[in-house]
Amino acid sequence: MVEAIAMAQAWELEHDARVVVLGQDVGVNGGVFRATQGLQQRFGAERVQDTPLAEATIAGVCVGLAAQGLKPVAEIQFMGFLYPALDQIVNHMSRLRHRTRGRLSCPVVMRMPHGGGIRAPEHHSECTETLLCHIPGIRVVCPSSPQRAYGLLLAAVRDPDPVMFLEPVRLYRAFREEIEDDGAALPLDRCVLLHEGRDVTIVTWGAMILEAQAALERLESEGVSVELIDLATLSPLDTQGILASVAKTGRLVIVHEAARNLGLGAEIAALVAERALYDLLAPVQRVTGFDTVVPLHRLEYDYIPSAERIVDAVRLTLATS
Amino acid sequence: MRQAAEFTIDYEQVLDARAELVAPLPPFAKDLDTVTAMYRAMVRARAFDAKCVNLQRTGQLGTYASCLGHEAVHIAVGCALKPEDVLAPVYREVGTQLERGVDMREILLYWGGDERGNDFQRARHDFPWCVPIATQTLHATGAAMAFKLRREPRCALAYIGDGGTSEGAFYEALNMAGARALPVVFMIVNNGWAISVPVRAQTAARTLAQKAIAAGIPGVQVDGNDVLAVRSVVERALATARAGGGPAVIEALTYRLSDHTTADDASRYRPPGEVREAWTVEPLVRVRRYLERLNAWSETEEAAHIAECAREIEAAVADYSNAPRPTTDAMFEHLFARLPPHLEWQRALAGAYARSDGH
Repeated sequence: MVEAIAMAQAWELEHDARVVVLGQDVGVNGGVFRATQGLQQRFGAERVQDTPLAEATIAGVCVGLAAQGLKPVAEIQFMGFLYPALDQIVNHMSRLRHRTRGRLSCPVVMRMPHGGGIRAPEHHSECTETLLCHIPGIRVVCPSSPQRAYGLLLAAVRDPDPVMFLEPVRLYRAFREEIEDDGAALPLDRCVLLHEGRDVTIVTWGAMILEAQAALERLESEGVSVELIDLATLSPLDTQGILASVAKTGRLVIVHEAARNLGLGAEIAALVAERALYDLLAPVQRVTGFDTVVPLHRLEYDYIPSAERIVDAVRLTLATS
Repeated sequence: MRQAAEFTIDYEQVLDARAELVAPLPPFAKDLDTVTAMYRAMVRARAFDAKCVNLQRTGQLGTYASCLGHEAVHIAVGCALKPEDVLAPVYREVGTQLERGVDMREILLYWGGDERGNDFQRARHDFPWCVPIATQTLHATGAAMAFKLRREPRCALAYIGDGGTSEGAFYEALNMAGARALPVVFMIVNNGWAISVPVRAQTAARTLAQKAIAAGIPGVQVDGNDVLAVRSVVERALATARAGGGPAVIEALTYRLSDHTTADDASRYRPPGEVREAWTVEPLVRVRRYLERLNAWSETEEAAHIAECAREIEAAVADYSNAPRPTTDAMFEHLFARLPPHLEWQRALAGAYARSDGH
């Protein structure tokens, strides 16, 4: 997936002179995960810039660059280091179009690694997407495969509004897919139906797709028909996609790596309670990270929801009907 | 032991508080019509500002940050900038906004609670008013990056207050601008007070201009009540930046003659003697004296100009007062280029419950 992300940026740098890539170590080093590998050699040190080690700088100059007609694609090295940039994202990037009645806008992509599972140091395994999803005026996107990373990143760069692009670190090198480097974008604001089923809907995103797939295989082998949805765009939610699936299966399990309290699962559960309560055959279940600090890596797979927890949650929905 | 580096901070003044020339006239000031026009603009800004405070006091405007005492800086910067340059203001730069061609009506709309006031019909590429402290400095740095990338001979100028120079974003903006030699000028308006906190409680630095030194860029202090000196310093900084010579920090020493905003009462924390003292060095009177001494201005012209400003201001206020209240749709318009479906539903809901009484 990490190569897909570099490919998408290369495509946009090649085809849109307004695109600039910036961030810490994105130049010569090609990014600490190599997500900008080779871009500076190919497009030069002006269009692919190393920035000072300052996240508020990265987000703040993106606002300035975008307002003056460029399309910055910035890398934040880890989601745990995003927070100094939040002031700029909340107060300016997300609302410049609105504040100026469309006179200025912020077509910015902020890419950042998302989640844990790679034995990284403290503060390097955060999943704080809820902070971002709560901000009006921005999109939050999280791909779960190399093909979707390529297509969604192209769409994010071409979008006229700010996009927070969360890249699950466990998927950077988890599996390979062939990608046609044809510049074809995938639609934003749409969830992706990964597997059709009749009995229960699992909605998840990011690296949890791995555990969800494992759970699906086990459940299908037991005769349970599982519908698996990759949310892909976390904000705004594809409400129609979620509701259509719940209408079909009558059971919903939401799986996310982020903490439970006010996690995106709560919003999805509320959506279904408001709009589709009578479609439900069983209470909605959430399988999530805990409301604790993300532990150091010896315990990280006790924090990240397991396939077993997902299977049990699905069984709970089946048992109560 | 040897000295690793050495720095100095210069202080510039052209016209002192007694209206005496203490330095050679800068080139632009050799044309008296230019100086007269600058004085006219300062009077206009002060008159408009007074009207804004009055409108707030009578319930016709929201909280407003007066620019009283800042007119020299505001007009000097406005004159020094070229139309194609980009301004990143804070929330007090009424004088500069007027010079940029922002309408009085637009300024009134913004402070009257209507975001259409940020949709400047001229100065289309300028940044809007900026309330979160120091954040705008990074926007100016980013804009300067864009100009440099596109090889455009344009500059960005960011305002910041004395309190704002304590913020991390300010140091970050200077650092980035210095590291990339960007065409950006940072104008620190040191008016002595960040709401109730005086500069001496804000920092142990002897000058705010010296904060530039750590970023490797030049810093200079200027008499912020001296419109000739400020314009001269800003013009030179912009010319250097435009020619690829990199950024600059200018600290203009002035005084906030007003409360912080109309929601503030500075008498709670500020000695009255200090304010009286500041009025003796305020920026308008010295220019007027200078012009009168050269027979370039008179009491008659003063009265005529004030009357003309009053007419212009009254017309703008009438325009503002007659502007229809925005509908609830305005909350949803321009949030995204295309409104996502869930917001269409919220938009309809807001409209259905919209209040018609304007409160």
